[in-house]
Amino acid sequence: MGKTFKKPEALSDAHTHYCPGCTHGVIHRLVAETIDELGIRGRTVGIAPVGCAVLAYNYFNCDFQEAAHGRAPAMATGIKRVRPDLMVFTYQGDGDLASIGMGEIIHAANRGEKFTTIFVNNAIYGMTGGQMAPTTMPDQRTSTSPFGRKVEEVGMPIKMAELLAALQTPAYISRQTVIKPKYITKAKKAIKQAFTYQLENKCFSLVEVVSTCPTNWGMTPVQAVEWTEKTLLAYYQPGDYKVPA
Amino acid sequence: MAYQHNIEKDRCKGCGLCITVCPKNVLEISPDVNAKGYYPAYQARPEDCIHCTMCCIMCPDVAVTITETEEPIA
Amino acid sequence: MAKVLMKGNEAIGEAAIRAGCLNYFAYPITPQSEVAEYLVRRLPEVGGVFLQGESEVAVGYMIFGAAGAGVRVFTTSSSPGISLMSEAISYIAAAQCPAVFVNIMRGGPGLGGILPSQADYLQATKGIGHGDCRLLVMAPASVQEAVEMVMKAFPLAEKYRNPVMILGDGLIGQMMEPVEFPDQLKTEPSNKDAWATNGMDHRKSKTRNLVKSLFLDPVQLNDNNLALKAKYDRMRAEEVMSESYNTDGDYKGLIVSYGTMSRVCRTAIDMLKTEGIDVGMIRPQTVFPFPEKAVAEAAMKPSCMHVLSIEMSMGQMIEDVERSVKGRIPVSWYGKCGGDIPTPEEVIDVVRERIA
Repeated sequence: MGKTFKKPEALSDAHTHYCPGCTHGVIHRLVAETIDELGIRGRTVGIAPVGCAVLAYNYFNCDFQEAAHGRAPAMATGIKRVRPDLMVFTYQGDGDLASIGMGEIIHAANRGEKFTTIFVNNAIYGMTGGQMAPTTMPDQRTSTSPFGRKVEEVGMPIKMAELLAALQTPAYISRQTVIKPKYITKAKKAIKQAFTYQLENKCFSLVEVVSTCPTNWGMTPVQAVEWTEKTLLAYYQPGDYKVPA
Repeated sequence: MAYQHNIEKDRCKGCGLCITVCPKNVLEISPDVNAKGYYPAYQARPEDCIHCTMCCIMCPDVAVTITETEEPIA
Repeated sequence: MAKVLMKGNEAIGEAAIRAGCLNYFAYPITPQSEVAEYLVRRLPEVGGVFLQGESEVAVGYMIFGAAGAGVRVFTTSSSPGISLMSEAISYIAAAQCPAVFVNIMRGGPGLGGILPSQADYLQATKGIGHGDCRLLVMAPASVQEAVEMVMKAFPLAEKYRNPVMILGDGLIGQMMEPVEFPDQLKTEPSNKDAWATNGMDHRKSKTRNLVKSLFLDPVQLNDNNLALKAKYDRMRAEEVMSESYNTDGDYKGLIVSYGTMSRVCRTAIDMLKTEGIDVGMIRPQTVFPFPEKAVAEAAMKPSCMHVLSIEMSMGQMIEDVERSVKGRIPVSWYGKCGGDIPTPEEVIDVVRERIA
C-alpha cells in the first residue's frame, strides 16, 4: 500500500521564485513528468514567455529559448519549421498569450503548427504586479481595475480555449486546472495527450491551465484555490474543446 | 514494502495546500521558520500517513517526496 | 557560371540559397514581395523552408527561433516592415544569434510611398532597436553587388553571432541586371553546439543550451553589453568596405554617396570631368561600420573645398560624413526623398553651386 513520488528528471533542482501556493510550480512538474515519460528531454526545446514564468528556463533541464512578450508561438513556429524533429513547447501566461500575443497564438494554431502550448491562465498579470489581464473576471479588482473590471468599459474576459476551438484547422485544445489533486491528474493526462499529438506529428496542441495567483489576488493560497473553484472555473470550464479526428 | 515520506524543509514555502489535501490530516505548519523565512509544513502525525502522494501531487514546489526504504517495517 | 538577367528581388532570394540558407520567413510588402514569390517556388526544390508569417512582428521572431536553433535563416522586408522587426533584431543581437535581414527601402515616414528611398539609414546604422545593439549593414549599388553582399552576410552573421542587414532600395529590388552567382563562401566551422538549442541528444556535451537576453543582475547585463560592444568594435576594425571614384588626382569637391544614389553621382562626376571639373566620390559599401578613415582622407586633399553627402533622404548619412570630416572643410547635404531619384543634371547643378 502506498506509492513513491520523486522530482522528474526534466525539472532542475533550483528553488523556484514563484510565490507560496502559486500553481505554476505544479504545471512545471506536470510538463517535466511528461517530458520524462515520453523520453524526449534530449530533443525538447522549451520557450519561456515574458511574465512570472520567464524564469522557467531555470527550472527545466532541456534546451530553452526566451521569447519577447507574446511572441513565443512565432519562435516555436520558427524552430519547428526548420527542425521538425525537435519537440517544441511554449509556456505562456495570460498577459503573454491572450493580450500582446493574441495574433501569434491564433495564427500558429490556425496554421496547424506542430508544437505544444501550455497556457497558464491566472486572470491577472503576475510579474508586473497584478494588473488587469484580458482574462480578468468581471468586477475582479486588480492594480489597473482597482474598482473591479468594468465590463461596459473593457469588455468581458476572453475564453481562449473556446476562441481557438472555433478555428477550422484540426487541433487539440483543452482547458484544465491544477488547484486540487483530482484536477491535477486530469491536467497531466491532457498535457501528456498534447505532447503525444506532437510526437505523432498530428496537430497543434494547447492546454489552457487555470492557475492561482495568491499574491496579486490578495488571498492566501487556500483562499485562492477556493476562489478559483467557485468563480474562475464557473467561467473557464475545464474540458476538451477540440480534438483532432 | 516500507515508504518514507519526506518534506524538504527549506524548499517548502509554507503555502499549506498539502495540509488541505491530506486525507489523513497528517500535516501541519511547523512553528520553526526555515532558511527562507517560511514556516514549512511538517508531519504532525506521521503514523497516520498512508503514503498516498496527495500532498506530493499538490505541492507546487516538489518539496514532498516519498521513497521506498529497504528494511520492511517489523 | 553564366551571367543571368535577373530582377534584384529574385537575385537576392537566389543568393541566399547559394549561400546555403534554405530557411525564409517573410511578410508581403511592396517593393520586395517578389523575393517571397520567387522563394515559395524555389525553396521546395532545394528542400528548404518557406513560410509567410501573419505579420512582420511574428516573422522577426520566427527568424529568432530558427536562428536560435542553429540554422541559417533570413528575411526580406521594406522600411515599415523593418520597423516592426526592430524589437526582434534587438533580441537577436542581445542573445547573440546569427540572422540576415534585407531592407529594400521605400519612401517614409509612415506609410510613405513604394518608390526607392534611403531614409532608413539612421534606423539601420544607429537605432535599429532598443539597447546597445548594432547591425553590420552593407549597402549594395547593383543587383550583382546585392547578390555578393547577401552571400557574404551569412558567414559574417555567424562570425559575429549578430544580425546582419543588407540595405538596398526599391530600385535595386525592382530592376533587372545581369548577375553572376559566385561560389558559396567558405565559412569557419561554426560552434553552434556550444550555444544553439538544436537538441541535447546529438551534442557531445549533453548539457542544455539557453538562448536568452534577460539579465536581471546588473553586472551580468553590463558584461553582456561589453561582449556585444567588443564585437561591434571588431566590426569597425575588420569589416569596413568602401569604394573610391576619381579620387587619384585633385578635385575641388568630394561626394559621399551609397547605393543607387552613388550610381547617379558617378554619371554626374563623369559628365563634370568632360567639362574639366574634377569631383571625387567615396562610396560606403558598409554603412555600419562607416568608412570614416576613407572619407576623412579623401576630404583632407588640399584641393578639396567641399564635401557633399548626397542621399535619397532628408540628410542622415551626413551626420557620419560630418563626424569623419571633423569640420576641416564645409559639409552639406543634397537629396530628394519622395521616390524621384535625383538626375545627374541635378547633381551637377548642386555640385557646381557648392564648389563655386
